[in-house]
Amino acid sequence: MIKVSHLVKQFGPLTAVNDLSFEVGPGTVLGFLGPNGAGKSTTMKMITGFLTPSSGQVSIHGHDIVAARQAAQTRLGYLPEGAPCYEEMTVKNFLTFIAEVRGARGTVRNQWVDRATDTVSLRKVLDQRIETLSKGYKRRVGLAQALIHDPDVLILDEPTDGLDPNQKHQVREMILSLSDQKIVIISTHILEEVSAVCSRALIISDGQIVLDDTPQGLRARAADHLAVSLKVDDLDPEALKIACQALSECERVEIAEGGLVTVFPVPGSSGLLMALQMLIADKGWQVAQLQQHEGQLDEVFRQVTLEAQR
Amino acid sequence: MNALSIIIKREFSSYFATPLAYVFILVFLVLSSAFTFYLGQFYERGQADLLPFFNFHPWLYLFLIPAVSMRLWSEERKTGSIELLLTLPITLWDAILGKFLAAWAFVGLALVGTFPIWLSVNYLGQPDNGAILAGYMGSWLMSGAFLAIGCCMSALTKNQIIAFILTGITCLFLVLAGFPMVLNFFESWVPSLVLDLITGLSIISHFIAISKGVLALTDLVYFFAMMVLWLYLTHLALAAKAAD
Repeated sequence: MIKVSHLVKQFGPLTAVNDLSFEVGPGTVLGFLGPNGAGKSTTMKMITGFLTPSSGQVSIHGHDIVAARQAAQTRLGYLPEGAPCYEEMTVKNFLTFIAEVRGARGTVRNQWVDRATDTVSLRKVLDQRIETLSKGYKRRVGLAQALIHDPDVLILDEPTDGLDPNQKHQVREMILSLSDQKIVIISTHILEEVSAVCSRALIISDGQIVLDDTPQGLRARAADHLAVSLKVDDLDPEALKIACQALSECERVEIAEGGLVTVFPVPGSSGLLMALQMLIADKGWQVAQLQQHEGQLDEVFRQVTLEAQR
Repeated sequence: MNALSIIIKREFSSYFATPLAYVFILVFLVLSSAFTFYLGQFYERGQADLLPFFNFHPWLYLFLIPAVSMRLWSEERKTGSIELLLTLPITLWDAILGKFLAAWAFVGLALVGTFPIWLSVNYLGQPDNGAILAGYMGSWLMSGAFLAIGCCMSALTKNQIIAFILTGITCLFLVLAGFPMVLNFFESWVPSLVLDLITGLSIISHFIAISKGVLALTDLVYFFAMMVLWLYLTHLALAAKAAD
């Protein structure tokens, strides 16, 4: 369990994190979402004990990050932004060093290094210097060091930033495959990542939580959540629009270029798709295209972060 | 093995992972020999001791030690690996002492590499080997004081060049503090107590005493106090602004 209460960080006159509070329990992948400079990284740096909060508390499994820093830090693994490490070392030496600092000796140490190596598939480059590796491999080295002691808590700051789509996919698969007993906190400004890996998302803006919900909950806030787009052969879009507007579930109808008609539901109603299907069957229309929208996350993101900044 | 020794081990071996170690040792050996034989007139003096060798160490260290120490923290801050290091379950002192001791051991190794000079002087005459050992001790202690200053300066900035210059200037002041040109400058306008303090701060006077074979307690205390002071300042600097 991680408890963050009334966390504040000030850098001179700038308040980077402003009274942030939340709790996370095991089995949660929590996503920190927010524009650049929103305070995501600063919050993570305080949770991991790198920065001392100006005020407020962080406790990790009951250990206060300031008063019992080392006890808390033994329970967590941390991938800092950009996955920095000692680039002049080989992957093996680097992981061995981390394992030793984290208290493993002899065979236990070797097991830890082996396990971490296999989890993120680093076997091929084990004896290479980190500076010679590609960005994707470097990121994996960073993940390996965060995972090496099989921590209960993983804090990953932008784990997929700068990776290609395949590498992103691998990292996400890896995060998902982690034991569901762990607490994982990842920060990102990539919205698809939230729906891909997170079970809960916090949108942070100007150092404050502006939204705390599941990815599905976030989508439900989008204007086009459960809206339906359709196109009917041999029917004028305007005529289709008029027909759709007659439905009680319909709030409004938009016509896009190319004749695609999008019907937006009355907020709170869920029967729009059903009603449209009945309408289609009733009229005997030849449907060329029919699609229900889940809701655009980036729209919600823009909406709530801009609102907060206003 | 505790956290401190693991960090020392990593830091020490990191010198040899890059050309830095080899360049440093080579330059140190070449310059210390050149100074001893040409500027120090090792042969012409006709005395079997290593004073001409040790006399140049403060000047040699003025630019060689900052070159070793400048990367200690600046590099960690620049690459962000400081975030990794300081979120491992170790104390800040483990990290500071680990880096410092590894650097000090490294300079010690370079110093040991000068043994051919010691062999030469023993071949040429009958030197006081006790005094030579004391000279080596003094030189190593002095390098420790310089390194501690370098640690602190490196902790203050992300920029290695700035760390290098700040360390060089601070060390230069400490070397020159005992020289008449500095003392004359202060003499006319500071109280004699302050003047004594400045003289007392001088690295040179403490080093010369040791390099002549006199291991006085005050000189030892001076060097260790310097190291403790500057490492403590490093701790303050990192605790206050490691994240900047």
